[in-house]
Amino acid sequence: MPCTGGQVSGDVEGRSVNAERHDRGSRRPAVFDQPAGTRPTEAAPVRRPVPVREPEAEEFTSILGGVPDARVDAPEFFVDLNLDQIVQSVTAGRDEYDLRPFFHVSLHDTDAVRFRQEVFRDLEDEGVLRHVVAFAERMRTMREQLRTAGKLRYRYQKERLFLDAASTYCEAAGSLLGDLSDTKLRSRGFKALRRFLEGLVRSRTFVALREEIASLSADLSAVRYCMHIKGGRISVRKAATEIDYTAEVEKTFEKFRRGAVESHLCDIPDYLEMNHIEAAVLEMVARLYPETFGALDAFFENHQEFADPKVTGFDREVQFYLAWLAYTDRFRRAGLAFCYPEVSPYEKAIRCVEGFDLALAGRLLTDKAPVVRNDFHLEGPERIFVVTGPNQGGKTTFARMFGQLHYLAGLGCPIPGRAATLFLFDRLFTHFEKEEDVANLRGKLEDDLIRVHRVLQEASPRSIVIMNEIFTSTTLHDALFLGRKVMESIIRLDLIAVCVTFVDELASLGEKTVSLTSMVDPDNPARRTFKIIRRPADGRSHAMAIARLHGLAYADLKKRLKP
Amino acid sequence: MKPLLMYSDRDFDPEEELPWNAEALVQDLGLEAVFAAMAGEDDFLREVTRRAILCSLTEPETILYRQAILKDCLENPSVVREVYDLAVEVLGGERKVGGFFLRYPGSILSRSVQVLEFFVGGLRRLRMLADTRSARFVSEGFRRFFRMLREELSDGYFAEIRDHLDELKLRDGVLISARLGSGNKSADLVLRKPMETERRWWRRLFAERPTTFSYTLHPRDEAGARALSELHDRGINLVANALAQSNDHILSFFRQLRAELGPYIACLSLRERLAEMQEPLCFPVPEPSGAPRRHSFSGLYDIGLALNMGRKVVGNDTDADGRSLVVITGANQGGKSTFLRSIGLAQLMMQAGMFVPAAAFRANVFSQVVTHFKREEDVTMRSGKLDEELRRMSEIADRLEPKAIVLFNESFAATNEREGSEIATQMVDALVEEGYTVFFVTHLYEFARSLFDRRMPQALFLRAARGADGTRTFRLKEGEPLRTSFGKDLYDRIFEVRYIDGTSQDPSEGGSHDQRTGHDRHPPAP
Repeated sequence: MPCTGGQVSGDVEGRSVNAERHDRGSRRPAVFDQPAGTRPTEAAPVRRPVPVREPEAEEFTSILGGVPDARVDAPEFFVDLNLDQIVQSVTAGRDEYDLRPFFHVSLHDTDAVRFRQEVFRDLEDEGVLRHVVAFAERMRTMREQLRTAGKLRYRYQKERLFLDAASTYCEAAGSLLGDLSDTKLRSRGFKALRRFLEGLVRSRTFVALREEIASLSADLSAVRYCMHIKGGRISVRKAATEIDYTAEVEKTFEKFRRGAVESHLCDIPDYLEMNHIEAAVLEMVARLYPETFGALDAFFENHQEFADPKVTGFDREVQFYLAWLAYTDRFRRAGLAFCYPEVSPYEKAIRCVEGFDLALAGRLLTDKAPVVRNDFHLEGPERIFVVTGPNQGGKTTFARMFGQLHYLAGLGCPIPGRAATLFLFDRLFTHFEKEEDVANLRGKLEDDLIRVHRVLQEASPRSIVIMNEIFTSTTLHDALFLGRKVMESIIRLDLIAVCVTFVDELASLGEKTVSLTSMVDPDNPARRTFKIIRRPADGRSHAMAIARLHGLAYADLKKRLKP
Repeated sequence: MKPLLMYSDRDFDPEEELPWNAEALVQDLGLEAVFAAMAGEDDFLREVTRRAILCSLTEPETILYRQAILKDCLENPSVVREVYDLAVEVLGGERKVGGFFLRYPGSILSRSVQVLEFFVGGLRRLRMLADTRSARFVSEGFRRFFRMLREELSDGYFAEIRDHLDELKLRDGVLISARLGSGNKSADLVLRKPMETERRWWRRLFAERPTTFSYTLHPRDEAGARALSELHDRGINLVANALAQSNDHILSFFRQLRAELGPYIACLSLRERLAEMQEPLCFPVPEPSGAPRRHSFSGLYDIGLALNMGRKVVGNDTDADGRSLVVITGANQGGKSTFLRSIGLAQLMMQAGMFVPAAAFRANVFSQVVTHFKREEDVTMRSGKLDEELRRMSEIADRLEPKAIVLFNESFAATNEREGSEIATQMVDALVEEGYTVFFVTHLYEFARSLFDRRMPQALFLRAARGADGTRTFRLKEGEPLRTSFGKDLYDRIFEVRYIDGTSQDPSEGGSHDQRTGHDRHPPAP
């Protein structure tokens, strides 16, 4: 079974570090990947690891390799990392599948991640993708037909829609198997699915169902009848070989025909739902063809549960993959690379080439602006990125990207970047500056400290912590002091962390810290490159350059202010 | 059924797109006066006439096809007008049948039956005309037209229509076939013609009939009545459409007839106007395009000028056979522009299949008639004006097709003489070498002189003649370019006039070009 990190504990400074700690008496919830709505103060529910089933080779259960057993709300760091925006975009237009819970639970086991990466790789084959999309389209049609059947009043209409739905289902399952049989599959997930479909489609019930549908459909489409309407009376009989009168009329006036003329066909609104006259006609037709309609009745009675739950389950779960691929396609087409990260819950040497913040990149692409990509790596004893540099230089974006990449890697998704080796965390914590609290500075500092304290209590050596501009609400001296203390804790816990700060001194606290700074264009200091590179913090301000750019430098401003 | 009176093998399109330079042709050649004389206030006639003249024919055979029909019209004006008036009457009558805006198959069907009955009346009268009044027509086009009317509109055909009209009143109700469509709803509803046995069942004359179930509407079931009539409407939707479209086709036959006779009717009017002024007209001889070059005529006059002035004007005789470049120089107000216009007008009229304003006229057909006339606007901005002229020329160069004729009137004079001459020379050399025919009215002496000195065999030089006493005759004669353009005459006269009574220039008079004098420059022809 994959370990979800629940019982990892170690003795750090005489304190048990346990992600499942129960002592949650403080005012604010700690930030971790737990349902946002659950407040630790109330009833303090034990955060249970989400069980994820190890896929077995023989039996197909889920294309996700395991599904959360309950609805799970978004982890609280979702907002800080803009993951809420990403998931919003990813799942847009797929509400019927209720995909969000799938994005709310990250995996904590290397093999579970690989299982999904394999499925993704299979789906990157255009053929496989096309087949699955076609299957999904059929299943969508089927659901629509069933919904309609449920709404209709007249028996033979309801039953016809039901028959259509069953037919669509058989076609969906049958075509998917046919399509996948001719396809080279590599993933454990799809191979198991194919084996399952082979058994299903060959099963006696499925074969019988198909045959019954075919013969019934053929009988229904062979029904032909004539209606005679005169006054308030309508008669129905079987059709013979009556002459098409429209064709007769057209033939007579053929000699005048020249070019196309406007159509005089009336657009008579036609609703699927019948009125009682149409229903009466259908009743009479049913009496003309009693055997066909008797068979239709029987079909409806006998096949209420025609769809296999594993087929419908696959239909929903595979949307997790399709949604992600569809979402990332736009970025790939813009030349931004995605990769399958190597993940490990043990190895803390990590690296990423050309990573980027997906949420931001989405906006930049819309504005046709270039997307800046950044590399990072940790090696040897290195654990903590301390990011300093000019404002608006991409520091927060870097922190978000770092968090996004790790979280998405933990979902088993291909992630932004050309290549990556990432840490498979047990818990992810974020602490981002909360703007709404600035009114009460003292309260805010206290708040910050409480939250940071909770994070450090919750974190295990397998956790990741991302802190963005903490302690801004105090003096530099305080900030330096507090920052140093926090950093020391992080170092002691051996956490992987990103710390964005204006306190340059924090960037050089020891061998575990790596100093990163946001870069400006060396030729034009007013231009920010949004590149974050390894470099000692130099404390230089670029604000003047930016001001000059806006014509607000001393000389410029004086001139502008002259009457 | 096609009238085929404008083309032997296809419909005339009264909404055909005009050539790209239509506006320039109308303006430069003074065509509005011609359209007015032909069509009067009739907007429809004006539009078909505009297309007939501006959308030129380019094959001598098609021109001769129209000429023959026009000759028939000139011989039998009353019959032609009767056919035309009948078409106009039918078209007007159709509009009077109400029910245009109803959007139910039932009402569309009953309106269509009504309209068809009206059309049948018109078709019968047309057939009658073909039977009784067509004997004196000799052209291929008219003979074919009348023969078609007699054959296609036979008595048997009218009887067939009569049957449909009876049937489509749907006195026996409607018989509709259907199959089960989506949701088991009736689909593919098609109106069927009942067989005789079926009619007997309906009239309950026979006991034996196939298994039939019936549903009778409750008298107070209003929703049911609506539903039933909707089903009925669905059943007759196709046939109502078919009949309405058939009517549209018949209507378009009458429309086409009116459109194709329109230009001939307009020609009848024009002939009457010219006859009043005792101006001659003739049927031109169209020669195939290209070599050998033919361009000879006598008594060729500017028909627009004649119509504007309301009297006979001076004509010209020229033999330009074998010449692809004609350069016209000479006195101001000497009739150069008038001559150039008469060349363009006659060409367009010939290539429309019409008679031309001349005593005799023979010429090649051209792929296009193109004009590049000096424009009066923007005279204050010299550089802007040359720019405008060059842009116009560049557009012409983009659109020009091989074997076109290009008429230049004082082009490229907006700069100094040397530069203008240089531009014009290069332009003309290129055009002539590429096989185009060029008429060039110019004051650019250097340009005209250098062309003349080359002694090109394909060039003809005409000069506005001047009587021995210095008065202008408005006739052109062959002659080499002279350095003076007699501008001094004008100068003297204008300054004298001004000195005496202070009158200014009067730009409103038609037919003038560069310098206007306010004087009648076109004395009556002798």
